[in-house]
Amino acid sequence: MNEKITNLLMYLISKNAVTMDGSINGAVACSVRSTLFAQVAKLLKGADFRLVAEWAADETFFDRGFAIYAAYNHETDYLIVKSELHFADSAFPTITKHFPSAYLLERKIESLMGLNPAGHPDLRPWIKHEDWPEDAYPLRKSFDANIKLPRTDGKYKWIKAEGEGVFEIPVGPVHAGIIEPGHFRFQAVGEDIINLEARLGYVHKGIEKRFEGMPWQDAVKLAGRVSGDSTVAHTAAFCIAAEEASGCTPPERAQFLRAIMIERERIANHLGDIGAICNDTAFALLNCQFSILKEKMLRTNQAIFGHRLMMDKIIPCGVSVDLPANGKEAILKEIEEIVPEFERLVRIYEDNPSVEDRVYGTGVLKPEIAKELGVLGFVARASGQATDARKQRPYPPYDRFISDISVLSSGDVHARAWVRIEEVRDSIRLIKEMLRELPDGPISLEWKKPLPGQSGFSAVEGWRGEIVYWVQCGPDGGINRCMVRDPSSMNWPAVELSIRGNIVPDFPLCNKSFNQSYSGHDL
Amino acid sequence: MLKILYQIFRTGIVTEKLTPAEEATVTIAGANLEKEVERRFKRSIAIRLVDSGSCNGCEVEINAINNPIYNCERFGLSFTASPRFADMLLVTGPVSRNMELALKRTYEAMPSPKLVVAVGDCGYNGGIFGCSYASLGGVGKLLPVDAYIHGCPPSPSQVLNGILKAIKKI
Repeated sequence: MNEKITNLLMYLISKNAVTMDGSINGAVACSVRSTLFAQVAKLLKGADFRLVAEWAADETFFDRGFAIYAAYNHETDYLIVKSELHFADSAFPTITKHFPSAYLLERKIESLMGLNPAGHPDLRPWIKHEDWPEDAYPLRKSFDANIKLPRTDGKYKWIKAEGEGVFEIPVGPVHAGIIEPGHFRFQAVGEDIINLEARLGYVHKGIEKRFEGMPWQDAVKLAGRVSGDSTVAHTAAFCIAAEEASGCTPPERAQFLRAIMIERERIANHLGDIGAICNDTAFALLNCQFSILKEKMLRTNQAIFGHRLMMDKIIPCGVSVDLPANGKEAILKEIEEIVPEFERLVRIYEDNPSVEDRVYGTGVLKPEIAKELGVLGFVARASGQATDARKQRPYPPYDRFISDISVLSSGDVHARAWVRIEEVRDSIRLIKEMLRELPDGPISLEWKKPLPGQSGFSAVEGWRGEIVYWVQCGPDGGINRCMVRDPSSMNWPAVELSIRGNIVPDFPLCNKSFNQSYSGHDL
Repeated sequence: MLKILYQIFRTGIVTEKLTPAEEATVTIAGANLEKEVERRFKRSIAIRLVDSGSCNGCEVEINAINNPIYNCERFGLSFTASPRFADMLLVTGPVSRNMELALKRTYEAMPSPKLVVAVGDCGYNGGIFGCSYASLGGVGKLLPVDAYIHGCPPSPSQVLNGILKAIKKI
């Protein structure tokens, strides 16, 4: 732990405001009185911390009331601040005024857990649509998950823009392409967008509630289906959180294989999306070419790991599949084939004026806004923020293989595409190095359930950015609460802000350059 | 420009023959449309996809059937932006509560005769998401489904084989 965080904690402990909490593993954790929850946030904001996640848990089964949690990060330190609320107390002080990135997270807490973030500027329901009964709070223990809720009359209050020539364009939830559903509402004057408001929640299928009471082995599979395109990183994040809670460590070979799969997933998605960005500039050739490369990777995944997306290959305390005898050679041979092809395509991308014309200066997310919103992954790195969970929380083997992240500051569509091009190159380097030093040994150890009351925290850099899980073991040894925070939850507000001042026809291009997950956000 | 031409010629045609090796597991549910399907959908078919709560895994694979290797357009399959032109509704996901209305409206906006094909295990019975306050637990609970393509997610050749089976092309 660095000096800054130690001094801060010592100061708070000396004031009797904070006690350390040993039941939370995987990060430094402390408890504060709920009245001080926002003040601690203010202190941490002043010390240049970033809000990682904020969530609530119903701890009725531990004979307690609700608890509210916030996780912060500064350099390589993760700090969790917990506040227990008294029975029947369902309000806590908002931290949105210190961390704007808590805006959606607190709306979600209010909608799903029914806790009131006092002082929050906008408490319109989130995820829970207008036709839900107002007093249905699915994440409370008293809520029966199998109940069929009636539909009520309700109206969502959209943000309005007024003035001569201002009109609205509603888009979605069913979109034109083969993508996930969400609703976007533009206010525009002519072609110029003056505001965009996104409303999500359409693919909410009760994942966090479903985790509760699920056997651990099934829960891993559910984590792998939070966001299907990022299944490896999500399963890894869930497993690391569960391992932190139970105190078991997977064998070294398994850690390497996990990392190789995560990097392969990153490359495959980046290849597909760089092509898709080109497609949205009407340059179909590169889309076709990049999709051929992506298809090659997915086929190799099928041949080596037995699944095109590598679903269900990571299990608690290990991996379920070892590299076959020729696996190493197959991966290296594929790299040999893909790299020169990839570089040829990148040169075509660079040299094409019609692509250039569309991607430069479009959908700019300014570095100061990116920092304020706490955005993650390639979106952050294209806007001057050097965040990367592989560096901030170097879980093995990333403690030995350091990702060489590239950071750009222009924050436009091109920057987001270019950061991903650089990441493909870096992931290829990482895979080669990991394969060279791949240790022998078992690929899994016996999984032991965590002790009741113990919880684990994890942060894993998936291809979209830092994925965070927090798993709490209940009194019966099952899952009491599993918090999932996909990077999309932090990045969606950035999509809204970066679109202002652009023209309506550029929205698909901008949106594609972010390519955030709906399912990972809605849960 | 030369680079582009060079790339096009050195790639050549990569489209592969659709092998029945990766046979799709398909449950054919509807029977009443058979004659109409054979008569009208034999040559080309426009598909509207609706994600009704999937994890995006099925979308990844459905997207892939458009790539040059699977090239679904050679079978007359094309994806359309509007349900008004669509002959087939391809649905993924377990039908979330929040998508129920939009899915129903999309179906109603399509002209008859129309086919409904559900893709993925969760479209069949809710899969791992099951049946809950937020998930209906299968497309069949809301719409008359003609065929289910199983898999989590089904591979592109399974999706392609499945769609062709549903329209009786193979």
